[in-house]
Amino acid sequence: MHPAPSVIIFTVLSGLGFGLLTWLGLGVIAPTGWVAFAFYVIAYGLAVVGLLASTFHLGNPKNALLAFSQWRTSWLSREAWLSLAALAVIGLYAVGSIFFDNHIKILGILGAILSLATVFATSMIYAQLPTIPRWNHWSTTALFILFSLSGGALLAGQSRLAGALFLALTIALVFTWKSGDTRFARSGSNMSTATGLGTAGQIRMVESPHTGTNYLLREMVHVVGRKHIDKLRVISLLCAGVIPAILLLATPAGHILALTVVAIHLLGAFTARWLFFAEAEHVVGLYYGKRS
Amino acid sequence: MTQLPTHTDKKLGLVIDLDICVGCHACVVACKGWNDQGYGAPLSDQDPYGGDPTGTFLNRVHSFEIIPEKGAAQTVHFPKSCLHCEDAPCVTVCPTGASYKRSEDGIVLVNEDACIGCGLCAWACPYGARELDQAAGVMKKCTLCVDRIYNENLPEIDREPACVRTCPANARHFGDFADPASAVNQLVTERGGIDLMPEQGTKPVNKYLPPRAKDDLEETDFLAPLLDIQAPEQNDGFVGWLDKILEKI
Repeated sequence: MHPAPSVIIFTVLSGLGFGLLTWLGLGVIAPTGWVAFAFYVIAYGLAVVGLLASTFHLGNPKNALLAFSQWRTSWLSREAWLSLAALAVIGLYAVGSIFFDNHIKILGILGAILSLATVFATSMIYAQLPTIPRWNHWSTTALFILFSLSGGALLAGQSRLAGALFLALTIALVFTWKSGDTRFARSGSNMSTATGLGTAGQIRMVESPHTGTNYLLREMVHVVGRKHIDKLRVISLLCAGVIPAILLLATPAGHILALTVVAIHLLGAFTARWLFFAEAEHVVGLYYGKRS
Repeated sequence: MTQLPTHTDKKLGLVIDLDICVGCHACVVACKGWNDQGYGAPLSDQDPYGGDPTGTFLNRVHSFEIIPEKGAAQTVHFPKSCLHCEDAPCVTVCPTGASYKRSEDGIVLVNEDACIGCGLCAWACPYGARELDQAAGVMKKCTLCVDRIYNENLPEIDREPACVRTCPANARHFGDFADPASAVNQLVTERGGIDLMPEQGTKPVNKYLPPRAKDDLEETDFLAPLLDIQAPEQNDGFVGWLDKILEKI
């Protein structure tokens, strides 16, 4: 799949933002006054910038409000509602914390659930698609939630919690790659089922329908850059999970250290999310002989 | 509304005969021609006369080769457009309700006035039937020529999709699959029509007729035995003489 920068920025940043909101809502940290203000500015900034970035890849954004209408069937629509509900509920909780030194527990917990549900809905946009076997698995959801919770815990200044979650994230990354690498082959879709011609012999494409490229190939048969996959996997694994975990668990906490870890983790998270898209193989590639 | 109808009165769709299709791409051209001028945004091209032309098409013809274990390889031309699936995954993922399946005839359509161009429906389609128009920013797909098939301003003979009407080989057939007596259903029964990627659970309405098995050709060239000329053991006769001469040269 085409790794669109807007979608990568959106999923990484809003995931982090909603992760931080989850920990704030759960009361793992319960700041008040200016400190609370700073935390909520960071969390809302990330979530909102992410959500805005997501509109940049739309072909026709003027209809964006209609995206709230189909929550009955569409995970994208559900994500729109959940994100708005999460931001609204946590917003009320934040007002209590910042201005009245008062943490309204029920609002916080509800907001935390909605924040996590937003990340869940984001992950389901990808995990629901049988056309992309690598994504069509619960591990996609686990990965998105772990990225959100670990990054959020880091931003919330919870070194031990974040360190432990980064270890879990490391394991999840390795697992999604390991199991994802063979999922296309196990999905049951191949050139034979795609064309229905398999019973008569082997099939190969002799002529593409068009001499140049097209939307389908650009969007769903992205191949450029796959050659560096092993290196990129190592970079994302080290930066997103391993190094942050070691730094947080083995060294004394501090603001400088936390900032360093945030920078390293972001580099890893963006690399991992780029890979998430670039590595995903859509079954339509079968019609172009691009999947073996 | 992106909830799929539980029942459609008709199931309009196509039968595509892979045995007959000659791969002339006339259906591709007819489709682009018709759908450029009426329903929704035109199908734009980018850099059409330059070095890297691309464009939006609702119907494309792939060409495959079947390589059997023995015998000659067989070329199969393979037209592909929207299959108007009964369980259309492109409809349910749409966040705006732009993508919908009609309960009266089962045609899957896009309401371009509601489309945000997010592309998720194209991701959800296993067949590559949807393309985001790069000029209009909205999703385009086969409408089964909804503006032809019910169009009373056209002569009755033209009230079928442009691709079907134009096919010079008669490899494309249009009809109602909900009617067991329809010509398309009979074709499917007679020829063992198949679904593409049934494992995706989309229940496509369009069916494909697989190419018929080819005859095994026996040796038909009666001169063939004469082509295998070998010099006899003893060096006599014309061939032996020729052999000797050629050895000496």
